[in-house]
Amino acid sequence: MSKIIELKNVNKWFDKFQVLKDIDLEVSPQEKIVICGPSGSGKSTLIRCINRLEEHQEGNIIVDGTELSESTKNIEKIRAEVGMVFQQFNLFPHLSILDNCSLAPIWVKKLPKKQAEEIAMENLKRVQIDDQALKFPGQLSGGQQQRAAIARALCMEPKIMLFDEPTSALDPEMIKEVLDVMVDLAKGGMTMIVVTHEMGFAKEVADYMIFMDEGKIVERAKTKEFFENPKSERTKLFLSQIL
Amino acid sequence: MNLIAKPSKDNIKTYVPVGLSLVSLSILDVFVYAFFNFNLMGFLPSQLSYFLPLILGFIGFYLIRIEFSGVRSLDVLNKNINSNNFNALLTLFTIFIIIKSIPPMLDWFILEANFVGNSKDDCTGDGACWVFIKVWFNRFMYGLYPDAEQWRINTAFLILFAVVGVSFFVSEKLKKYFILFLVFVFPFLGIKLISGGSFGLEYVESAAWGGLSLTFIISAFAILFCFPIGVILALGRRSSLPAIKYISIGFIELWRGVPLITVLFMSAVMFPMFLPDGTFIDKLIRVLIAITLFEAAYMAEVVRGGLQALPKGQYEAAKSLGMGYWRMNALIILPQALKLVIPGIANTLLALVKDTPLIFVVGLMELAGMIGLAKTNPKWLGMAMEGYVFAGLVFWVICYAMSRYSQNLEKKLSTER
Repeated sequence: MSKIIELKNVNKWFDKFQVLKDIDLEVSPQEKIVICGPSGSGKSTLIRCINRLEEHQEGNIIVDGTELSESTKNIEKIRAEVGMVFQQFNLFPHLSILDNCSLAPIWVKKLPKKQAEEIAMENLKRVQIDDQALKFPGQLSGGQQQRAAIARALCMEPKIMLFDEPTSALDPEMIKEVLDVMVDLAKGGMTMIVVTHEMGFAKEVADYMIFMDEGKIVERAKTKEFFENPKSERTKLFLSQIL
Repeated sequence: MNLIAKPSKDNIKTYVPVGLSLVSLSILDVFVYAFFNFNLMGFLPSQLSYFLPLILGFIGFYLIRIEFSGVRSLDVLNKNINSNNFNALLTLFTIFIIIKSIPPMLDWFILEANFVGNSKDDCTGDGACWVFIKVWFNRFMYGLYPDAEQWRINTAFLILFAVVGVSFFVSEKLKKYFILFLVFVFPFLGIKLISGGSFGLEYVESAAWGGLSLTFIISAFAILFCFPIGVILALGRRSSLPAIKYISIGFIELWRGVPLITVLFMSAVMFPMFLPDGTFIDKLIRVLIAITLFEAAYMAEVVRGGLQALPKGQYEAAKSLGMGYWRMNALIILPQALKLVIPGIANTLLALVKDTPLIFVVGLMELAGMIGLAKTNPKWLGMAMEGYVFAGLVFWVICYAMSRYSQNLEKKLSTER
């Protein structure tokens, strides 16, 4: 099966500090990958490289057949195919939820307004906040905001979804409603890369687990194997601390 | 041992009425003396009668200073203007000064002022000579613009006000066209109407323009152009392309570092020397360009403040949805950043309007300039006060209206609840 995302030998530095070291990663369509690891291990940076919110200095990143580099002309086109959900939601506070969702389809995909709003309502229904469509982000709870952010990304009908610690900024009782949406999305066959510490979620949906530490991929294994029989000591220690 | 018990809840029934009467008596005394020139305490030695209101008021305020009296209005009063002896004194002084200053102001502005007549000789009172304003009113509004052609200025402004007025009541869709008309069509239409030279309208050179209408014309054009230029400069200053970044910084710092009066002088006097022979740019246009660029530099810094206040996540979210630089800025960043800095923008635009009188250095005379001219007219010497009070009042009304509008806009655009 052809790969939708390929990272080969990716290195990245912030000034002199190396955040990513020789990262190799391949993702097939419809695969779900969960990345975990201690803070500062480079997990967020890694997925932010995939839609080039961060630039890598060495190696190759190929997304859906297009290599990302300084000379990539249509970086916007790649980004439109890769949805991203942020820890801090990053909804646009000056727009209603409906406008948040329909804005990019209208202006980037050039859909007619009516059609874009239909798609937006569909996706809002999917994350079960269609009744909040006309409210502004500031009027919603954290869980609702994150679900709206997921709907916003889905409205671009992306091939890949990246989740950057989507539940870390949420109150405990709101985490479940967001994870439910993500599980539902995974079952629908979306290609997903998720940075999270929610190991229950990982066990339920992930095909592969990746454990990162100090900028390196320390361990990569099938989910069951990763939890039952981790190979490296570092992974064992990490799992013993968070499980 | 105290002669009298400390004011408290126990003696509130006697202290508060006595205290309030003393305070009222002291204010009444000052009031009667200021307005009717009658000294209630005249029977006392002069030094004592002079200070008596202060002493009475002070004692009065002391008596009503009861902590936690349980009477709401009394607590509010004590907290705000009577929290200790010093504040009580300040309160009394403030009240006295206000009362004392009202009668002379009333006299000057209205009671002793002259309103009727046609020349300075009709001003016989001690107060203001509003005849001056009345006689010169036409000049203050239109400058040296020929009387017979003034309907053109009136028409231009009537159209402006009509379009703006109607645009408040039309649907969102139509509003867009109204705004496009106001920004892209009307300014040039209006200028053509006022300057003339075609459509059978007599040409009126810009040197003849003046008065309040010129204040409006210059302010409107400068606001219209300095805003987009300022936004572009602000974006430029944050650009990742070094060339654009440093050009923006250089431009902003150059214009911010030079006094407007110098810029105006150069635009009118030095700039033509650098032009090839035979080319001629109207003085008003040169001045307009100078003011616009000058204010754009300030605007740029205000807008930059807004851009910097936005969290990085907004940029990232916009990018992650596939928006390019211009779409991201137009749809996501600027709407939020500009909303944040509405007070700063209003500040800059108010300063712009109030800077227009400086164009006198190049011989153009808007409202304040015309007043300066009128007050040096041999028949009207000594009218500076009336003139500048009038100018101050007019500028205040304009600026206050702008300020109110900006506050309304801020409230209307607020989505945080």
